[in-house]
Amino acid sequence: MIELLPPALILVASAMLTGILRGRARDAVVLMAPLLTLWLIWRVPDGIVLTTYFLDYTIEPLEGSPLRRLFASIFAFMAFAGALFAFRQAKWYELAAAQAYAAGAIGVSFAGDLITLFLFWELMAIFSTVVVWCGGDARARAAGIRYAAMHLLGGVILKVGIEGVMVDTGSIEVQALVLDNFNTWMILVGVLVNVAAPPVSAWLPDAYPTSSPTGSVFLSAFTTKTAVLALILLFPGESVLIPIGLVMIFYGIIYALLENDVRRILAYSIVNQVGFMVCAVGIGTETALNGAAAHAFAHIIYKALLFMSAGAVIYQTGKHLCTDLGGLFRTMPVTAFCGIIGALAISSFPLTSGFTTKTLISQAAVDEGLMAVYFLLAAASAGVFLHAGIKFPWFVFFQKDSGLRPPEAPWNMRAAMILMAAACILLGVFPAPFYALLPYEVTYEPYTAGKVLFYLQLLLFSGLAFFLMLPWMKRTLTITLDVDWLWRGLLPALWRRGTAAADGIRGWHGRTLQPGLAALGRRLGAPLGPAGIIGRSWQIGSTALWVAVLLMGYVLFYAI
Amino acid sequence: MTTPQDDHWLTRPTTIRRLWTGFAIVLALTVLAELGIHIKGYFGLDDWLAFGAVFGFLACVAMVLIAKVLGLLLKRPDDFYRD
Repeated sequence: MIELLPPALILVASAMLTGILRGRARDAVVLMAPLLTLWLIWRVPDGIVLTTYFLDYTIEPLEGSPLRRLFASIFAFMAFAGALFAFRQAKWYELAAAQAYAAGAIGVSFAGDLITLFLFWELMAIFSTVVVWCGGDARARAAGIRYAAMHLLGGVILKVGIEGVMVDTGSIEVQALVLDNFNTWMILVGVLVNVAAPPVSAWLPDAYPTSSPTGSVFLSAFTTKTAVLALILLFPGESVLIPIGLVMIFYGIIYALLENDVRRILAYSIVNQVGFMVCAVGIGTETALNGAAAHAFAHIIYKALLFMSAGAVIYQTGKHLCTDLGGLFRTMPVTAFCGIIGALAISSFPLTSGFTTKTLISQAAVDEGLMAVYFLLAAASAGVFLHAGIKFPWFVFFQKDSGLRPPEAPWNMRAAMILMAAACILLGVFPAPFYALLPYEVTYEPYTAGKVLFYLQLLLFSGLAFFLMLPWMKRTLTITLDVDWLWRGLLPALWRRGTAAADGIRGWHGRTLQPGLAALGRRLGAPLGPAGIIGRSWQIGSTALWVAVLLMGYVLFYAI
Repeated sequence: MTTPQDDHWLTRPTTIRRLWTGFAIVLALTVLAELGIHIKGYFGLDDWLAFGAVFGFLACVAMVLIAKVLGLLLKRPDDFYRD
């Protein structure tokens, strides 16, 4: 019987309870509900478990498969680790929103039909917006509105596609679609909005860094990775995803290199990492899809760890810019150590989770003979070490002595960071049990001497490049314009220009045009006025004279 | 002007010199190890000696240069949007 309960509902219920309960009871619910959910996830068997009907459609809210369980598991694990990091510091409504947000992600993971998928998709959009707003200041409110607008727009596009597919095919099953008509393209575009694919990547580095130090940990995990799962389920092997993924990868690196805000560096690096996954889905072979799923799993852990490390620093110092930070390794050694583990994992250093998962994607490119893709992925691996692997820990924990001497992060934050760091190492050192969870059989061996040596050369020489070019990487108090300049800069400027022009016209109308027209009217109307040549009254004698003149003219004219 | 508390052993010039020396030795070792360990190339190019080292280094230099140029065009003061 318990197998019939969608695991997402546990977190929906716990989100509601979080608002009602207080103190220890609330803490217990926040921490235990994700674990209960995780247990339920592993009781979901393969195939369609639950069927119901809505209008004429068959709704399948619970469909199990190894891939779906894998994603749902990491979402539930993340809900637990995030709650452990946040439960003593975050506001109750942020914790409640985060649980509802995680419920949305788990709901999408098990959605057997597009209607269920869409409903949980929107649940995520709503509650992730609330998490952004929990940042609490004007910046967070404005970014939250932009974030919500972008996701609601993406939702509408997705819905248009789903409606089209429903009408066209009569089927709403979640299955591989072919990009040969408007409807499936709309679904793809709707999903790509959540993946943070260009040209709309900017919502992610705009919104995530404005949330609270604890909120960004949750935000880093769910939205983009559910979108990756949706891509695996709906568009495996669609080759258009390869260039899209590659653009995301290099966009993320370049923008992160230019960035000064610690969490925005990490936000750009989400786009970069998700790019690897999107590219893998585009390659579409079994190894590639395994790579996309495995990398999403590993990425959620190390990226949350990096956001925890950044969050702990911001929570303890109140500062979030590289230019204000530095030298924190002295008083925050645990945070620094865990941050470095996360940084090594994201750089796919051997013995970390990034190495055992990202190299699967490179292997898939090799197997398919995609030379350019392989070399670009290798260059990108070097670039990841550059922008996240060294840049993040260097500017936050080393660099210069900022003079800040904050105490180490609270115990629950440290515990969450140690848990995630341990997971990064475990997945890196013992990949076999993890590989067994992937959707397809894995015959890949990550630890060959040649491969390890190649990656060590690649990464360590990237490190050399970083330190040699350090003067060029000096952080400045700047932001870098993105496509969102169109609606944050250009549109408001046009609006201001437009209203100013309207004001000008109104002023000119009042000052010049109206009096001018009135004067002209008066001048034109003058002959008709009482004193005008036409309007004035004439004496009877002169009228008779004029009539006589006219008659004479007439007679003369007629005679001729 | 450093107080004893600020003079962390990691920040001393001698430590930093030693770290650089250690780093240089490790870098050299990763290249020299290729004499004993074969790195399997997949596309011809990557069969060359120290390909990973050269490729990684040059890729990073290229990315930093691109970022630098792009920065000249797209960087703005951080209160640019004032929202």
